[in-house]
Amino acid sequence: MRRSWWKILGVLLLVYTFIAGLLIEVPRNPQLQETIRNLFFHVCMWFGMMILFIVSFVRAIMYLRTNKPIHDIASRQYAGVGILFGVLGYLTGAIWMSYTWIDSNKSVFNSFDTIAREPKLIGAAIALLVYAAYLVLRDSIQDIDKRARISAVYNIFAFAMLFPSIWIIPRLLDSLHPGGSEGNPALDPGSASANMRLVFYPAIAGWTLIGVWIATLKIRMKMLYEQKLSQ
Amino acid sequence: MKKLISIFTLLLLTFFANAQDVSMADTMKENGKIYVVIAVILTILAGFVLYLIRLDRKISKLEKNK
Repeated sequence: MRRSWWKILGVLLLVYTFIAGLLIEVPRNPQLQETIRNLFFHVCMWFGMMILFIVSFVRAIMYLRTNKPIHDIASRQYAGVGILFGVLGYLTGAIWMSYTWIDSNKSVFNSFDTIAREPKLIGAAIALLVYAAYLVLRDSIQDIDKRARISAVYNIFAFAMLFPSIWIIPRLLDSLHPGGSEGNPALDPGSASANMRLVFYPAIAGWTLIGVWIATLKIRMKMLYEQKLSQ
Repeated sequence: MKKLISIFTLLLLTFFANAQDVSMADTMKENGKIYVVIAVILTILAGFVLYLIRLDRKISKLEKNK
């Protein structure tokens, strides 16, 4: 194992998240009840995704500046793990939503017409599809240098699309989802209880470190593969 | 002023009454069964981490052998 202190830190932070996340006192919110604890899991997926996409974006710029293949591979793998986190965030959100957003007079299926109009869901879907197109574009080019350069440029565009699709437009519109025009309850010091923030921030760090670990493993695998091909 | 204070206390009281009415997993904590859930999710986490460590070791070995 290489340079492992941050891997251990990530695992310890997650163990702490799993224990404290289920045991601490949380605010008694009549709509959320115990599901408020999903903050430590569902929301952290999205924060992890954003951080991994930022790393992917930085590596794409580094590739364009230096032309070293390692940056190209790293950019691709960080984006891949970021997409995984985003999909997990979407799935966990779907489960959470079907218990807290549905109209109790209708079935889950019939509540779908209101839920499908949520700006946060549409924005996140656009962001994930833009990154999915990155993978498709990348794999459709045979020439190695051309593939690296075009996908690095597209990566910068995809990152720029994150701003309107998840950081600006959903914040301006009213929504059932917290973090709309009323501000972000998870980050606002006056809103989330101090107890919850004690778990929430370590949870973000823990999940992100695990994501980085997976990405570095994939980068090292890809580098071995490339070296084998060039021999 | 007196009226205002009494209205305020009434509001406060109803707020606390409401807060108590929200059903949470209190019984789960009282009889300790929440620890079962923690044991289960920690086992799953341990499984994933062990898998990652094994993968990391294998890749390190391959990197040395090349």
